[in-house]
Amino acid sequence: MVNSVGFKDRVTETIKGKKTRVLFLSLLVIIVALLPLGVNNYIEEVMTNTFFYIILALGLNIVIGYAGLVDLGYAAFFAVGAYTTGILMRYGLNFWLTIPIAVIFCVIAGIIIGGPTLRLRSDYLAIVTLGFGEITRITARNLKVTGGASGLVGIQRPTIFGHKLYQITDFYYTFFILVILAIIVSLRIYHSRLGRAWQYIREDEDAAEAMGIDPVKTKLYAYMIGAAFGGVAGAFFAVKMTAISPETFAFTQSAMILLAVILGGMGKIPGAILGAVFLVFFPEIFREIGQMRMLLFGILLVIIMVFRPQGLWPERKS
Amino acid sequence: MPILEVKKLTLRFGGLTAVNNLSFDMDENSIVSLIGPNGAGKTSAFNCLTGFYKGSEGDILFQGQSIFRQKPYKITKLGMARTFQNLRLFKDMTVLENVMSGMHSRTSAGVLGAVLRLPSQRQEEKKIRQVSEECLDFVGILDKQDRLARNLAYGDQRRVEWARALATHPKLILLDEPAAGLNHDEKDQLVDLIRRIQKDLGITVLLIEHDMGLVMKVSEKIVVIDYGQKIAEGSSEEVKNNPKVIEAYLGKEDEE
Amino acid sequence: MHVMTDFYIIIQQLVNGLILGSFYSLVALGYSMVYGIIKLLNFAHGDIYMVGAFVGFGALGLFGSVLGIGWLGITAALVISMVLVGFLGIVIHRVAYQPLLNKNAPRMSLLITAVGVSFTLFNAVMVMTSGEYKAFTTSLSYDGISVGPLNITYTQIIMVVATAVLMLGLYWFINRTMYGKAMRAIALDQDACRLMGINVTKTISLTFFVGSALAAAAGVMAGVYYGSIHFYMGFIIGLKAFTAAVIGGIGSIPGAMLGGLILGLLETAGTQLPFVGSAWKDVFTFGILILLLVTKPTGILGKSEIERM
Repeated sequence: MVNSVGFKDRVTETIKGKKTRVLFLSLLVIIVALLPLGVNNYIEEVMTNTFFYIILALGLNIVIGYAGLVDLGYAAFFAVGAYTTGILMRYGLNFWLTIPIAVIFCVIAGIIIGGPTLRLRSDYLAIVTLGFGEITRITARNLKVTGGASGLVGIQRPTIFGHKLYQITDFYYTFFILVILAIIVSLRIYHSRLGRAWQYIREDEDAAEAMGIDPVKTKLYAYMIGAAFGGVAGAFFAVKMTAISPETFAFTQSAMILLAVILGGMGKIPGAILGAVFLVFFPEIFREIGQMRMLLFGILLVIIMVFRPQGLWPERKS
Repeated sequence: MPILEVKKLTLRFGGLTAVNNLSFDMDENSIVSLIGPNGAGKTSAFNCLTGFYKGSEGDILFQGQSIFRQKPYKITKLGMARTFQNLRLFKDMTVLENVMSGMHSRTSAGVLGAVLRLPSQRQEEKKIRQVSEECLDFVGILDKQDRLARNLAYGDQRRVEWARALATHPKLILLDEPAAGLNHDEKDQLVDLIRRIQKDLGITVLLIEHDMGLVMKVSEKIVVIDYGQKIAEGSSEEVKNNPKVIEAYLGKEDEE
Repeated sequence: MHVMTDFYIIIQQLVNGLILGSFYSLVALGYSMVYGIIKLLNFAHGDIYMVGAFVGFGALGLFGSVLGIGWLGITAALVISMVLVGFLGIVIHRVAYQPLLNKNAPRMSLLITAVGVSFTLFNAVMVMTSGEYKAFTTSLSYDGISVGPLNITYTQIIMVVATAVLMLGLYWFINRTMYGKAMRAIALDQDACRLMGINVTKTISLTFFVGSALAAAAGVMAGVYYGSIHFYMGFIIGLKAFTAAVIGGIGSIPGAMLGGLILGLLETAGTQLPFVGSAWKDVFTFGILILLLVTKPTGILGKSEIERM
């Protein structure tokens, strides 16, 4: 604990004051934006993958961090997004047009799962979301339109202003822009009427309701927005990979995204980013441990919860 | 027309009848107190009015409209605000943010407005802030708006509760033992505040309180309940001299 | 003649459903007991069942040469697995959950910890077994009682009887012993129990022991019955057993028993329905769960509680 306080002080000192923080952040954005000029394809690939998980972590963060709701089936939304885009493009629809449809489908999925269950206590919700995640995966396995167990292959690459996105650098920038958008959207919602309503409910649901806040509707919004993040990420995932299969969206995937959010610290944007970075880089750096890494993740999850439930990123000072 | 009419309200928990056939009404812009010995069913009745308990029988009319078994947030939206007996602040949020919660039901900005920072949304945010500051000023703790709620002194935390309830723009405010834990000076300020709520803001006040001095001082009407039933109703003088009330509080003489 | 065949099929499915239901019941009991006592949805419980199967498998391999791989060896493996996995349950409670209970941590933290434990267990077994299926070889025969095309094996009969014995034992333990009384008391009011001198932490550990041991028994029996085990086998059954516990009313012990049997029967019936079949049977089960949670979250035997402020 002594160490963590030291870390906290150091971090707050480095990014103290708005000016320094803006400077620091701009520098970070510039470095990340210029990175592809100086590194090889492998690093670019890993970074793109990181961006992708950051988007998912930010989406799940809205559900569990902001609204305080458990979701153990988040990969389902990402699956709905990816499959919607994959299937619609097979029928010849332009990629960019599939995005809003994917988002709408995900939001509907969010309503289907949240609507009837949000009145329930949190642990029931955990099981229902988990069950929903499994239902989605099994459905994708069993339907013809989703390509069954082998999934969809040969998804077309998208074009933008006549430029076809196919190189890793193209996707690097695409996902980088998405990350920035995801951060802006997260921040703006958090500092809005809805964001505050989530906080009120998380802190004291009865008191929030006494203030005229409809808890079910407010929580449902969290599911819908979280689902929309998953949908966008899924749509881009489909065209980057060009192939998707049901096993990509298994429980392990949901658990990984959950870990990213918890590891960094629930409800904190830099936390979710840090968590996602760790999640992708850790197995890349320790390649030789192979299968052991999932085991380590499990142990890590328990250790964090027992010793530092607020996550790695330091708490905001008051 | 009375602003609030409670008609034969009954609340049962399993075999226990917490509120039994309770009827009373409140005139617009009046101050009414609901009193009774410990465990008489005051808080249970209060929770039925605010929707936190679902009454078993009877009816509750607010401005002529039934709010019986309605959801709490709908009741608040209709113009009935409440405070909690044991403080229920959003402890890890600032005082201002706490009070801003009251404006939620009076505003409407949605996701799109927030993401795109539409002018209407920014306007609304400004208004939420402004109204909340006014409410804090009204209860006298505007200077503490940026502090975390958990770091305030107890008396000030009470004030945050009141300000938060006022920010919902109520027509009727229900205060659940607002004087509990306050010192003498703070109680005097509370009396003053309740009167200002009535006079300056034109809000009707329903008070549940143990402190008889305070109740006698501010109430225009007092409803006394015991064992969930109404045993007396009237002005402070009438209630004070009612033998049934004396019996409920002190016990029958021959029992001792 | 045709009617008779249908009749046999129904009986056969009933038996299958009963066996499946027995496994669900045994696992559901652990869920319900732990939930009843500390209001924790022990997410790792399905994985404990899986670990139980593997420990039993290991024990049978170790002692099989001495005791044989017939009923004697299997019984020994079952007992060894129940005891070892019971202790694993205690370790999990003490290491992962109790520190959070001491801190009065939010329920969400406990739940996530449980997810972590689950992840740890199934990945540990995956690494150890290289993710392969293991053949749970026994010398049990397919002999049994045959009437026409209907065949009920002795193994099936013994499984159901063994489940019944375990459940009766549990029922006796909960209702007739001091430890059982302490458990029920803690479920009602922890603080009062502490004041009355009951060692709350120890009693919770004991609950974990009993719940885990029952899951381990189910794991070993499932291994014997289906003939193969896999690190992922606990995941789905964890979900199903939770469903069973909810059907019966979570926190209620007879409820968990009943819920397991109902779910087992429903599921076997479900696979016979048109449009459901075996590919969709899990979807069918979760559909039931969601429907139930929405319409009657207290389950069949659960008590509805009035929340007081």
